[in-house]
Amino acid sequence: MALPGPQDGQPLLSVENLQTHFRTPDGVNRAVDGVSFHVNAGETLAIVGESGCGKSVTAMSILRLIPEPPGKIAGAIRLNGKNLLECSDREMRQIRGNDISMIFQEPMTSLNPVLTVGRQIGETLRLHQGMSAKQAEDRAVEMLNLVGIPEAKRRVREYPHQLSGGMRQRVMIAIALACNPKLLIADEPTTALDVTIQAQILELMRDLKHRVGAAIVLITHDLGVVAEVAERVVVMYAGKKVEEAAIGPLFRSPRHPYTQGLLGSMPKLGSSLTGHETRLAEIPGLVPSLKAKIPGCVFASRCPHATDLCRAVAPALEEKAPGHVAACHYAPREGAMAA
Amino acid sequence: MFAYVVRRVLATIPVMAVVALFVFSLLYIAPGDPAAVIAGDQATPADVERIRASLGLDRPYLVRFGAWVWDILRGDLGTSIFTNLPVSTMIAQRIEPTLSLMIVTLLLAVSVAVPMGVVAAWKQGTLVDRAVMAFAVLGFSVPVFVVGYLLAYFFALEWDLLPVQGYTPFSRGFWPWLENLILPAIALGTVYIALIARITRATMLEVLQQDYIRTAKAKGVGQRAILFLHALKNAAVPIVTVIGIGIALLIGGAVVTESVFAIPGLGRLTVDAILRRDYPVIQGVVLLFSFVYVLVNLAIDLLYTLFDPRIRY
Repeated sequence: MALPGPQDGQPLLSVENLQTHFRTPDGVNRAVDGVSFHVNAGETLAIVGESGCGKSVTAMSILRLIPEPPGKIAGAIRLNGKNLLECSDREMRQIRGNDISMIFQEPMTSLNPVLTVGRQIGETLRLHQGMSAKQAEDRAVEMLNLVGIPEAKRRVREYPHQLSGGMRQRVMIAIALACNPKLLIADEPTTALDVTIQAQILELMRDLKHRVGAAIVLITHDLGVVAEVAERVVVMYAGKKVEEAAIGPLFRSPRHPYTQGLLGSMPKLGSSLTGHETRLAEIPGLVPSLKAKIPGCVFASRCPHATDLCRAVAPALEEKAPGHVAACHYAPREGAMAA
Repeated sequence: MFAYVVRRVLATIPVMAVVALFVFSLLYIAPGDPAAVIAGDQATPADVERIRASLGLDRPYLVRFGAWVWDILRGDLGTSIFTNLPVSTMIAQRIEPTLSLMIVTLLLAVSVAVPMGVVAAWKQGTLVDRAVMAFAVLGFSVPVFVVGYLLAYFFALEWDLLPVQGYTPFSRGFWPWLENLILPAIALGTVYIALIARITRATMLEVLQQDYIRTAKAKGVGQRAILFLHALKNAAVPIVTVIGIGIALLIGGAVVTESVFAIPGLGRLTVDAILRRDYPVIQGVVLLFSFVYVLVNLAIDLLYTLFDPRIRY
């Protein structure tokens, strides 16, 4: 794949005004509605939000895994400057699993049950690196070792049903990293796993990221996971980006009421034991239907601070502090930060 | 695995016993007296009685059944009432055309129907899909003999591309053998193709929704490999099952097909035997068909392990 190399100051991936809409019998579903963000080489960007906010669709759109029709992807998705939306199917196939790879939420069902683990890892190598079956299997053993699966030589000939959920997710990671991708998209990689396994998988991803040098787009609803691994965060709500900031500022001084709500609804470990027990905050209501055009702020119906202005005029994304943008009429700018 | 095969083969014994009892009883109950048929129109009741006694037909039901089973266990299927030839010899003479027809039909049907179903599922809702489904419905509803006569009329009589009827043994060469089987195989295979194509399409539609197909796409796997490796292997178990069940269709259809195309096979032998109440032949052929069907099903069960590693015996 003759992709242009990275140029100075140019992000690895830049998503510009991404719109992924689905035509349904009762109207157009605007799953992703004008989202822009970028990922620098080697960086970990988290995309967070509730179920149905469009974060998974965003991830699928980057690799163009959205079935078209009924889906339709508009905007631009540039990998080292090359717009993926203008690529042919053939070019896309050469990018998938090679330059950009993806791991999914459900390790139990994301592996093909009738093909050996080795074959599934080797397949990308044979496709993208022209390896022979033998070379691919040897490399698959190496990959299994790398992702911490013991007895890799034996495991490589096993089928997914012979592995536990955590092991299967390790295999998924092995598949994703086999071709040393520039970008790894991880869609809720730990959600379906036990807490202890979650920590192992996150540790593994962080470790491998340094070794392979891949950038990561981490899709999750779990702010604990975000705090653990991400460097920068995009908060999505109802198909739109509502806030973006580096990890520190976002957790310390969230600007958007939705982000504040998300952080407030995060349980603090041991808070009931230390005597500082606080009631877990919830965000009332549900994500609005993405089929209706919302004239004002998408979060207005659930926002405790919403005014008539919010319901009438959609707030633009504004830089509230250097590198910290939020879409809220009332979010304080730097210096005017209220507690 | 080996123990399983042995168990399954042993399990065919009671199945065959039930089939034997059923076949025997059916002919016992059925109207029509072979002795009267042999004796002819001019015979006196005494003649008929004498013939009946010589055939052992005057003995009680259980005695006759016992004697028959005992003979079978010793490898003797009995002797035809009409030709006085051993039934096993008659079957041996007729088995090649029928076996050839079934094998050619099976290969033709599978190699046409599976890709048809796969493409229909891939192109779901398009013209291709609808054409396949229309063919499936049509193939199911048009009888074998109609298809057979139409094919014979156009391909053999009108366009003179293939022989009208008959059979050439394999020993006289591959092409002469195949040439005679093409039209019968298409006629016999139409229903079978419809059946397999439908189940392939339905199973593939389900499999293509699975997460691992999405994974394969995300890996950059091409469309053909996704369809024929990742998806079809997962869809194989129901498809193979239907192919196995369909063997019964082939056995039934072979009788008609052989009549239409004048193929001297087991089907013709069966029809003739029924018309003449030649019950040792009927019993022998039905028993053979049942045995083949039971074995085919065993083979199918063993094939499952080839496609799905989660199935172990």
